[in-house]
Amino acid sequence: MPKTVSLFVPCFVDQLQPQVAIDTVKVLRRIGYTVHFPEDQTCCGQPAFNSGFWDEARPCAERFLKIFGASDVIVCPSGSCTSMVKSHYPELLKDTPSYNDAVTLGQRVYELSQFLIRVAQISDVGSWFPHSVTYHASCHATRELGIHDEPLTLLKNVRGLELRSLPHEEDCCGFGGTFSTKFGMISAAMGDTKAGNIEATKAEYVTSIDPSCLIHLAGIIGHTRRSSKPIHLASILAQEAQ
Amino acid sequence: MSTIPLQEFLRRATEKCADLTHRATIQRNIDSYDVAVAKGKQRFSDWEAARSRCSEIKAEAIAHLDRYLEQFEGKVKERGGHVFWAETAEDARQYIAGLAQSRGVKTIVKSKSMVTEEIHLSGALEKQGAAVWETDLGEYIVQLRNEPPYHIVTPAMHLTRVQIAQTFREKIPSEMNGEEPPQLVAAARRKLRKAFFSAEMGISGANFLVADAGMVAISTNEGNGRLTTTLPRIHVAITGIEKIIPRLSDLATLWPVLATAGTGQPITTYSTLIGGPRQPGETDGPEEFHVVLLDNGRSQVLASREHREMLKCIRCGACLNVCPVYRQIGGHAYGTTYQGPIGSVLTPNLKPSAGFEHLAFASSLCSACGSACPVRINLPHQLLLNRRDAMAKTGQSGSRTMFRLFRWTAMSSVRFRVMGWLSRKGISTAKALGIAGSKLDPMRPWTQYRNGPEVPTQTFREWWRTHGRQ
Repeated sequence: MPKTVSLFVPCFVDQLQPQVAIDTVKVLRRIGYTVHFPEDQTCCGQPAFNSGFWDEARPCAERFLKIFGASDVIVCPSGSCTSMVKSHYPELLKDTPSYNDAVTLGQRVYELSQFLIRVAQISDVGSWFPHSVTYHASCHATRELGIHDEPLTLLKNVRGLELRSLPHEEDCCGFGGTFSTKFGMISAAMGDTKAGNIEATKAEYVTSIDPSCLIHLAGIIGHTRRSSKPIHLASILAQEAQ
Repeated sequence: MSTIPLQEFLRRATEKCADLTHRATIQRNIDSYDVAVAKGKQRFSDWEAARSRCSEIKAEAIAHLDRYLEQFEGKVKERGGHVFWAETAEDARQYIAGLAQSRGVKTIVKSKSMVTEEIHLSGALEKQGAAVWETDLGEYIVQLRNEPPYHIVTPAMHLTRVQIAQTFREKIPSEMNGEEPPQLVAAARRKLRKAFFSAEMGISGANFLVADAGMVAISTNEGNGRLTTTLPRIHVAITGIEKIIPRLSDLATLWPVLATAGTGQPITTYSTLIGGPRQPGETDGPEEFHVVLLDNGRSQVLASREHREMLKCIRCGACLNVCPVYRQIGGHAYGTTYQGPIGSVLTPNLKPSAGFEHLAFASSLCSACGSACPVRINLPHQLLLNRRDAMAKTGQSGSRTMFRLFRWTAMSSVRFRVMGWLSRKGISTAKALGIAGSKLDPMRPWTQYRNGPEVPTQTFREWWRTHGRQ
């Protein structure tokens, strides 16, 4: 049985944070998986769905189901986008012919750390990252997908890495999609609180399994002249001893 | 209302987000709440099972609301109490104000009730010349300050001891003999005791209406609830119709869960059950007992299969305390009676034309509320439903056009690449021109508060073309 996974790359990762997806590919290949990237993929539709435009989100979901329909296992380096497919597609496609496909496909899509620990059953991917790191538990991964220990287990097995616990680690960073621009002042205040907690750990890096939290935190940390560097879990796991 | 709720919300939210002292006060108060609740939950052998049980009890009550309310009404009437069904806020105000007038009531004491805030009862009573005293300490403090409650459970959460002392110095100087917390409490107590002894009417809320017993259940911590309901000649209990529960035995779970979710207490200091006026042979209790059952939009919520679960709410305040938005902007920014996540989903449904649709959008959808709710209301889902309903209702032509464009883009990988290229070009051009974050920056809603992202030289799919295909 060949070990193949299909890669689901969030739209903004493709455009703005390609390194997250590149590093995901590196990690998956290192542990012996063949990575397939359906190049027709675009966006899962979450921005429209979360903004109340379900009619605009629905065709995106149906398109996603077609593109990934033949994939046995789908891996995504984002808890939020994974949760859109897994938790929200069935609701969005309720009473449509695609409902059953949405439910069954939802069972085959995994966030990266979830895939590594639960499916590939690998907790040490052979990485080396000699830095202090703190972990931000992102909302949809934590509360919608129930991911708690998986990223921490992976981090604990990275050689040289010193993991520092983050106060209020499960509190929202303030991103929230269009919320971040519609109610920017609240989003930024939440980000400031989060960045303050990160700063208190004095860790060199803050990591997360959600690239959207990291892009927001990078913006806040830069804007408030703090020094921690946001980095995606995949990018830590991709590092090897030279 | 003369102001537009959205504009007012944005103004107050901006102000509160910039107020670091306010943010620190809330953070400190809620942090101590967090510790107490985490400890409180450990007293349950299975907190999750207790939540499920409470959710079932409330769902059962909501499913047969009519039957249980009538059962409650029958029992109260048997003991000589009165039950008034108020369809609107105006009906409730008129009934209570009329009652006060016809009985020559001059002084009214109130124990804590959010429903009386919802219908703006005190103002109506004061207008006809009655003196109305809030007797819950937090409520009394905000009443002295002419402020609405800041939080549905802890109305004065936003104030420090120093601010409270200052309020007392200004408003009740003659009762003051010190500014330490026990002295402040004593000052309020001296003032309120006088009101208790002169009041002809006491108004309370109700945490639960027990159908099989025909009793009103009230949870309080200061004893003011018992004084309010027993000392004056007339006791009026007012609450929303959704507060009904089927059985007295349900309180065995609901009381401790409410207290734990609300404050971390095993049970509130005073748990009171009241079934009617003073009975023959009894030595105390009011001569008259009235229950006002308020609808005020709740039937509309009940009629909606999707939104009905909101009526399970027991007003514990847990969703406010865990909400990161509430923690930044506080309770007054919402401009609603009920604040935080439950207020954001309930208000637009109780008052569909009042213009509070934006509140469902003022959330990062972090789901902390849903995880905290002791009756398992799926609050994040309700926020999403409210967003959908709001967009269907208001049209929002600007947003709709934007998301039509989004859809058009997302439905083709070619268009997606082109639009992606344009967006990245836009970000890097703004940076190169040095206008990032300025009013000329098209990304300003983002860059006003944050640095813009670094724009990479190639996208992932470009990388994939050269490195990906094996």
